[in-house]
Amino acid sequence: MPVAGIDVGSKLTKVVIMGENKKVLSYVVMRTGTDHKKTSEEAFEEALKKAGVAREDIKKIVATGFGKISAPFADEELTQIMAAGKGAYYVRPTTRTVIEVGAEESRAVKLDENGNVKDFALADKCAAGAGSFVDAMIRYLEVTPEEFGQLALQATRAIPMNAQCVVFAESEVVSLLHSNVPKAEISRAIHDAIADRVAAIARRLDIQDDVLLIGGLAYDIGFIDSMKRELGREVYVPEEYPPEVIPAIGAALSAL
Amino acid sequence: MVTVQESEYWRWPESIWVDESKNWQDAEVISCGIDLGSVSTQAVVMLDGELYAYANMRTGTSSAASAEKAVNAMLEKIGDMKRDDIHYIVGTGYGRVSIPFAQKTITEIACHGRGAVYVYGDKVRTVLDMGGQDLKAIKVDSRGKVINFLMNDKCAAGTGRGIEVVCDLLSIPITEAGQLSLQVDEEPEPVSTTCVVFAKSEILGLIRKGWGKERILAAFFNAVASRVVELLERVGVEPEFAITGGISKNIGVVKRIEDKLGLKALEPKYDPQLAGAIGAALFGRALYIKSKK
Repeated sequence: MPVAGIDVGSKLTKVVIMGENKKVLSYVVMRTGTDHKKTSEEAFEEALKKAGVAREDIKKIVATGFGKISAPFADEELTQIMAAGKGAYYVRPTTRTVIEVGAEESRAVKLDENGNVKDFALADKCAAGAGSFVDAMIRYLEVTPEEFGQLALQATRAIPMNAQCVVFAESEVVSLLHSNVPKAEISRAIHDAIADRVAAIARRLDIQDDVLLIGGLAYDIGFIDSMKRELGREVYVPEEYPPEVIPAIGAALSAL
Repeated sequence: MVTVQESEYWRWPESIWVDESKNWQDAEVISCGIDLGSVSTQAVVMLDGELYAYANMRTGTSSAASAEKAVNAMLEKIGDMKRDDIHYIVGTGYGRVSIPFAQKTITEIACHGRGAVYVYGDKVRTVLDMGGQDLKAIKVDSRGKVINFLMNDKCAAGTGRGIEVVCDLLSIPITEAGQLSLQVDEEPEPVSTTCVVFAKSEILGLIRKGWGKERILAAFFNAVASRVVELLERVGVEPEFAITGGISKNIGVVKRIEDKLGLKALEPKYDPQLAGAIGAALFGRALYIKSKK
């Protein structure tokens, strides 16, 4: 019988339906919005529909992220660390270091060759090392998230971002725009600043290859590029599934 | 290019003042202090160490132009004084290196310590400067000399800029926010996040939950006060205790800091936002006298 994994995040809610053979039958990504319970319910129903599975046929539901508070119909909960680790190992078994950057949190998880979690490091107190930084900045640069990532790759030089806080960085970006600094260079500076923060979290662990980047920010090619530079090694992203769905896959795996 | 915000709830009133009862031509030493902060700029003129005139204005995108603007506005108000009539100009604050006409620059820590003693009297021992982009806890002796200090300048939590962001979000004029936050029957739990960016999302959630603006402000200022008290306790609070900088005008924050510390902040004799510039002008006077000996 199939199982389900639900990951309610501060920005997105992710649901995965998985068959007994560990095959992902469907996944759904939805904006979390304000009513978490309603969103998780809707996302779950939609995932069932996509998978062609009836609700009563689901053997077990495991929730991560905000967990059962936001998805009361779940049977069990799984920590975000375990969810990230399990999901990462599933999509790339050679992964030894998972770096997850979500809207409001980032974390690094160290895995052994069997996919067991050996260690982890967290950051959730500051927006400077999370996806919210990007959301705040693209408004000022008047670009889409995709363009924002692309822009960073076009930068011809690296300018430093002096502000460490996103709120102060906003004013700094406004002054940079006023002084006619090209958007590409500003984009690169912002990506470098986030990567600097995130890498600092990862460095608290003993980083080993392969490094897999998951979470919403793994879509941003400018950020991937900055992370590669910052860590001085190859950084992979999931190929088969969207990077933000990986922890929900991990939750589903633990339901089997 | 940059989206201009339509509402400007963060905007606080600029002010220019001159003591009409004094005649500057009678003064032996005319010194000027300019505190060029990230959010506001103050310029003061002191006659033989007594406050004579000031301008308090918002810092623009160019530091040098902001300093010039504040000084010119003040001189215009005085009427017949020219910049060359001033014997010594000292710059302080975040943008102090960009004041081309200052003879010397001095750190804002030293200036706030010195200025606090002028604004609050020589009994003050702990000065909390709550500025636009940083937060400083300073211990001083009776002459305003800095003995120790701690600073947060990496994070907007507990700064004026952070409060501006929240006032804008709630569409509440910043000058009314403090008073409004005290109109709650019961003090709510502080917002749970330190980071202003996360606090913004938390506040949006509270709005949707139907919380009144007073209660949201109370929860936010409660968190600001906790953050500040943490910094103060690390440096060690000694009575008498005083608050300088723009946030000292926010009764909602001040009252909560006082409650948490169990101490009453001193009453200022002058506008406490001027402390840095006053300190700079006092240093300017001393430097001028020394140069003439």
